[in-house]
Amino acid sequence: MHKTAAAVLAISTLGILLVTPAFIPATQAAGEMPDKKTCGTTKNPVVSGGCLATDKAKGNCMACHNFDSLAQAGLEAGDIGPPLVAMKVRFPDKKKLRDFMWDAAKFNPNSSMPPYGRHDILTEKEIDLLLEWLYSL
Amino acid sequence: MKSLLITLTAMGILVGASIGVHADPAQDLQAFQDFFRNKFPDVPFDEFSNGLFALPAAKEQRAQWEQVMKLPPYEFALERGQAFWEENNLASCFKNAGRNIAQRYPYWDERTNMVRTIELDINECLKRKGQSPIENMKNGTMAEVAAYMKSLSRGQRVQISISTPAARDAYEEGRAFFWARRGQLNLSCATCHVDNAGKRLGGKIVSAALGHGVGYPAYRSEWSELGTLHWRYAACNLQVRAAPFKAQSRQYRRLQYYQTYLQQGLPLTAPSQRP
Ligand code: HEC
Ligand code: HEC
Repeated sequence: MHKTAAAVLAISTLGILLVTPAFIPATQAAGEMPDKKTCGTTKNPVVSGGCLATDKAKGNCMACHNFDSLAQAGLEAGDIGPPLVAMKVRFPDKKKLRDFMWDAAKFNPNSSMPPYGRHDILTEKEIDLLLEWLYSL
Repeated sequence: MKSLLITLTAMGILVGASIGVHADPAQDLQAFQDFFRNKFPDVPFDEFSNGLFALPAAKEQRAQWEQVMKLPPYEFALERGQAFWEENNLASCFKNAGRNIAQRYPYWDERTNMVRTIELDINECLKRKGQSPIENMKNGTMAEVAAYMKSLSRGQRVQISISTPAARDAYEEGRAFFWARRGQLNLSCATCHVDNAGKRLGGKIVSAALGHGVGYPAYRSEWSELGTLHWRYAACNLQVRAAPFKAQSRQYRRLQYYQTYLQQGLPLTAPSQRP
């Protein structure tokens, strides 16, 4: 497991997305990006997080990141940031990942990633939901 | 996370910030153009005037664009611009009847104490002739006339001077604008057009700041018409959820002055076509 994760990290750093089946979570099989209706009604935090990630007025994460099922959902991914894959293995410390989402500039002053918490782009609760979704990737 | 950031730094992705901090414009210019030459070693210098189409990431788009340019979508607009230019004898207001002078725009004018653009001078000319100036500085007639006037200087190489302390102040203000993070998304012009030039933002390829403006006014497919550079500036401000400024505002004229100075030596390509 550890070896595979390291390989994925190496590949993702190179900017190539390679999703091995092992990382496709049961809650969100390939091709199942939630639709608008599901997003409005779901109580599932992972699905809600995915909705926030792909909402242009909210996370709009695909502007800079590729992640599983984007292409199938007809959304175009950017490559400004690294692909979001194998998050749990690569970022086991949830608090650290949350801090990063809150204000990426704290980790890298020249970061191209918007400070989602510090600039009130997302609420505390929305960031928590995003984390659930990220850990499903 | 830390080690990833170290890798990014080592890869040179973060060096963008350093090209914004120099003692004088000549040094800025050198560092700025060197940065893009190094970042895109296979792109010939003149090619940068074609915006995103110059970049390796746009290979596919480039082929389509070359097809489109066989019958450019701005031809009718350019003809309307020419008709307006001739009807109002605008040539009479400009040196050399307006030919081969656009490479010196925008310029610092000591008398009016401001950065003057082609658009402002066209309106000044209309006023002198007792006509009412054009109000819409984003699209429509102004974009068409400015595009026609710039087409009379096609191929001329950008040549901007900064020769007085006041001109220097205007340049500095433009530079500060370019490098400042703004908007809810907290991104600067440089975040996208220096650090991330040639990458994809969603489905869009981000152009290099080297080349900015020399093709404007441009016919953008997303507009389906000719538009001015300041219209695009506003779009880029809105994109990061920042309040845009007015076309021909002091802020955008000074931003344009800074940006155009850095294009020194690039050929004018206006009007151009963009996605
Ligand atoms: C405008 C660009 C941009 C947007 C939008 C963006 N990111 Fe990022 N992201 C980056 C960049 C660039 C990095 C690389 C690290 C850095 O520069 O700080 C990054 C890094 C990350 C990382 C860390 C790690 C890694 O190496 O895999 C995570 C997690 C992340 N982003 C999640 C998100 C999520 C979730 C969203 C949407 C809510 C998002 N990003 C939106 C640009 C962006
Ligand atoms: C979030 C990313 C982003 C930011 C921040 C941004 N831009 Fe842009 N800009 C784009 C994209 C995407 C385009 C359209 C594709 C391209 O670059 O031509 C664009 C286009 C342009 C163009 C047209 C280039 C051409 O040849 O047609 C100019 C000029 C420009 N931007 C200047 C600026 C300036 C000045 C700022 C800051 C006030 C800025 N941009 C901020 C993403 C950005």
